[in-house]
Amino acid sequence: MTYVSDVVALTRKDLRVELRARDTLPAMLLFVLSTLVVFHFALPAGTGATAAYGLLWVAIVFTALLGLSRAWVPEAEHGVLDGLVLAPCDRSAIWLGKTLATLAFLLAAQVVALPAFVLFFAPLDATALAGVLLADVGICAIGSLLAAMAAAGRARELLLPLLVLPLAIPLVVGGVGSAVSDDGGRFLLFLLLYDGVFAVLSWASFEYVITE
Amino acid sequence: MIVARGLERRYGGRRVLAGVDLVVQPDDVVLVTGPNGSGKTTLLRILAGLVAPTRGELELAIDRSRIGFVGHEPLVYRELTALENLDLFGRLYRVPERRERIGMLLERFGLWDVRAVRVSEYSRGMAQRLALCRALLHDPDLLLLDEPHASLDAAGAALLDEELARLARGRALVVATHEPERLSALAPRRLALT
Repeated sequence: MTYVSDVVALTRKDLRVELRARDTLPAMLLFVLSTLVVFHFALPAGTGATAAYGLLWVAIVFTALLGLSRAWVPEAEHGVLDGLVLAPCDRSAIWLGKTLATLAFLLAAQVVALPAFVLFFAPLDATALAGVLLADVGICAIGSLLAAMAAAGRARELLLPLLVLPLAIPLVVGGVGSAVSDDGGRFLLFLLLYDGVFAVLSWASFEYVITE
Repeated sequence: MIVARGLERRYGGRRVLAGVDLVVQPDDVVLVTGPNGSGKTTLLRILAGLVAPTRGELELAIDRSRIGFVGHEPLVYRELTALENLDLFGRLYRVPERRERIGMLLERFGLWDVRAVRVSEYSRGMAQRLALCRALLHDPDLLLLDEPHASLDAAGAALLDEELARLARGRALVVATHEPERLSALAPRRLALT
């Protein structure tokens, strides 16, 4: 129960910081909506839904990257990460709290973005929505770990996409597959497995990432 | 409490801490002195467990949860208030009777009246006092202080001197400082880094 209460306290802290600073979520919302509007006007008339689903994933991945690039900024200011590392809580709770907070921001952006996608492009069925949710979990789990690694370096903004995008490719494959394939359930299962494996790896390796 | 032998730390090819030996007993006050770049901060970060030594041995006969650390940065969230910051760290440190302890520390360091103000609106000196509250929240047995007088005005520095005199009773202090004379009343041992 102590672990859960630590994670809850850390997640709540991230939500409270964002509520005060308003640095991340407005930028994510603006970015994803702008991207969808640009795609709407850039795509030639008569373009099929399959291409549109692909573009949705471009918007989702880069919106997530935007959120992840800001994820550890509050900890970088005033050296707070040192304070968290010194605390006797399980260090993986810091990763899990950050993952949940980032996931909350991404989901909040998608509450606006997905209806906009449906309005501009194509409908999304339950399988496609499940694909988006599972891919979100994977992106945030892996991304929170890699963003912590990138935050320690000097070229944070440059390093993060280079680390995250290769690992996000299977998530995009699974997400697009769940939306366009006749056998979307197979892609959901793939996303579930991918999330499980990489969430456990991220959870287990976070301690080594934040300590030298 | 601490036995360190031949501690060395390198960043790339650059050696920032060279062969430091240190023994700290439970009631010791140790002042770490030396010019800028001599490795005072690195030594304290190694003792706190934030940085691993490149070479040498470090035996800590104390649990990580019993160490308090005040660094160059206050280690608190800018967008949270003093109360919210201390409540978060109090939870993570499992501080018993957390609210009473937080209230007592804020009163003692003169921050009670600004407890609901965001840290981003604090002066450097106020943030430094909050950093001391955070470090003392769990009543640590070993307190590591990296230039604690930095950023404090004369009144704040005098308050800190009084607090350090009180804190030195019943716990070990390791203080990196450019002003060793301020703490001479504590009869400290000195470790001079070059």
